Amino acid sequence: MKLYSIFSLARNALNYHKDWPRAWRSPEPRPEYDVVIIGAGGHGLATAYYLAKEHKVTNVAVLEKGWLGGGNTGRNTTIIRSNYLQDESMAIYELSRKLYEDLSQELNFNTMFSPRGLLMLCQTEHELRAMKRTNHANRLAGIEARMIDTAEVKRLVPIINDSPNARYPILGAYYQPRGGTGRHDAVAWGYARGADSRGVDIIQNCEVFKIIRDDDRVTGVETSRGTIRAKKVAVVTAGNTSPLMQSAGVNMPLESVCLQALVSEPIKPVIDVVVMANTVHGYISQSDKGELVIGGGADAYNNYSQKGTLPALEHTITALVETFPIISRLRTMRMWGGIVDMTGDRSPIIGKTDVKGLYVNCGWGTGGFKAIPGSGFVFADTIANDRPHPIAAPFGLDRFLEGRLIDESVAAAVAH
Amino acid sequence: MLLITCPVCGNVGDETDFHYGGQAHIRRPASANPGEVSDEAQRDYLYVRLNPKGLHFERWRCDRGCAKWFHMARDTVTMEIKACYGITELPPREIIAQIPPSNPWYGFFDQRQAEPASTAAEPKNAELESTGER
Repeated sequence: MKLYSIFSLARNALNYHKDWPRAWRSPEPRPEYDVVIIGAGGHGLATAYYLAKEHKVTNVAVLEKGWLGGGNTGRNTTIIRSNYLQDESMAIYELSRKLYEDLSQELNFNTMFSPRGLLMLCQTEHELRAMKRTNHANRLAGIEARMIDTAEVKRLVPIINDSPNARYPILGAYYQPRGGTGRHDAVAWGYARGADSRGVDIIQNCEVFKIIRDDDRVTGVETSRGTIRAKKVAVVTAGNTSPLMQSAGVNMPLESVCLQALVSEPIKPVIDVVVMANTVHGYISQSDKGELVIGGGADAYNNYSQKGTLPALEHTITALVETFPIISRLRTMRMWGGIVDMTGDRSPIIGKTDVKGLYVNCGWGTGGFKAIPGSGFVFADTIANDRPHPIAAPFGLDRFLEGRLIDESVAAAVAH
Repeated sequence: MLLITCPVCGNVGDETDFHYGGQAHIRRPASANPGEVSDEAQRDYLYVRLNPKGLHFERWRCDRGCAKWFHMARDTVTMEIKACYGITELPPREIIAQIPPSNPWYGFFDQRQAEPASTAAEPKNAELESTGER
C-alpha cells in the first residue's frame, strides 16, 4: 500500500497524477478461504480490516454482489452519535464513535469525520423528559453530552423556528458536541484499502446465492462465480440478511423495509450542526458541498426494491419545513432508498448462530453507519475467537430466546 | 405507491388510506398451560419473521373506510398486489400455487388447507394448538 501524504501528493503531481496505484486489487476468488465475509459494505469491510490487523487472519474474502459500498453504506445520511439509552448500546456506539475520532489516521485515508455537534430537539414535554433521562444515563456512562435550552438551540441553529406558537415548539435539545458526520464512501474505501493491503481479497460482482451446510457446520457459499469453500462464513448483508440466512436454515427476527433520504440543491452554509427532530420524524445536516442532507422515518411495509414511496418523504419534508421555514423553496436534487433490516427491539444482532462457523452481523436498522468501526472491531474479535466479544455479547441472537431485549425502539429517538 | 382495494367494503385508496399490520397467518402458541409453551415457540411467535424477498402475505387495515383488518398477498420486490382476502381466510389457491420453493412461505399453507374450514385460517382461542407452529 502506498501511503497517502503531502509528499506522495507532491511527487505524483510531477507526473500529473497518472501513476497512482489502485487502492485495492480485484482478484479472482480462490477456491477456499479461512473466512468468507458476505457483503462489502462498511460493516463487512471493517470486519475484514480488523480480522487482518488485530487478529492476523488474512486468508479472508469479502464477497459483494454489486460494487463496494453500494448498498446502505452509500445510502445513509452519515450521522455519527452515541447518545443511546441502554448500557449495551452506549458501549458499542461509543466505542464506534471513539474509533471514528482518529479513523483517518488509522486508515491513512481521509474519512472526513466532522464532530460538528448533534442536537436532538425536544418538541414535546415527554420528549424533553425522555431526553433528560438519556442524558443522565449517558453521563453515568461517561458519554459527553448535555441538555441545552431553547435560546442555545437558536444560537447553534439560527435558521430554526423557535416560535412558542409552532405546532411542535422547541422546548430544548439534547446536545452531543462530539457527534457529527463522516464521509460514508471514504469509510468503505479506507477500510477496503486497509484490508486489501493486509492480504484480504475483496471480490465485487460476486453474488452469494446460498450458504452451504454440512450437517451442523458451514462449509462454504455458492456464488455467481462458483462455489467458494470456507471454514467460517460471516453474513453482513443488512436488508438481505433474511433470505441468505434462510438458505442456511436459519429464520431471522428481522423485517426488511425501505428507508429513504434526499439532498437539496447546494446552498451556502446555513447549518453547521446535525439536527434530529424525532417527534416530527426528520433530521437534517449540511454536506461540505452545501446540500442539505435530509432523512426521516422508514416506509411502513416490507420492501426489497430499494425504492420508497412519496408519502414517507412528504411526511419528513413537511415536518422539516415547519421547523426550518427557510428551506421551503429549496429544490430536491436527489432522493433514494436503501433496504434496512429491523429487529423487534431496534438493536443489532452480532454474534454466532446455531450453525457452527456461521456468524451474523445485521439488524442495524436505520442506524448502521455510525456503528461501522465498533461493529467491525467486535465482530472480527467474535469471528477470530469463536466467542462473542464482551461488547457484542448482549447483542447475540439468543436474546430473542431469553426475552432479554435491548429496547432502543423509543430511546433511539430516530423515526423508525 | 400502492393502490389498494379493501376486500371488505370495496374502498379504493392509496397506501396512506390503509395501515400496515405486518406478517399474516401467525398463530399464537397458546395452550391451557402457558408454561408448556417452549421458549423457541414463543420467540418465533413474537420476533421471528419470514421476511421473504418476493411473494409475501400480510395484514392491512382499512383506515379510511370500514376500519376492518384484511389480508394481502403482495410481492416485496415488484410491489404487485396479487390478492386481497378476508382476515379469516387463507390465500386463494392459485396464489398459494405461485409460491416458489425458494420462498419461506413454500409449504406453509399445506397443513392449514387440510384443516376444517372453521379452524383453518385463524382459529378461536379455545381451538389454538400447543404445538408452537406459527
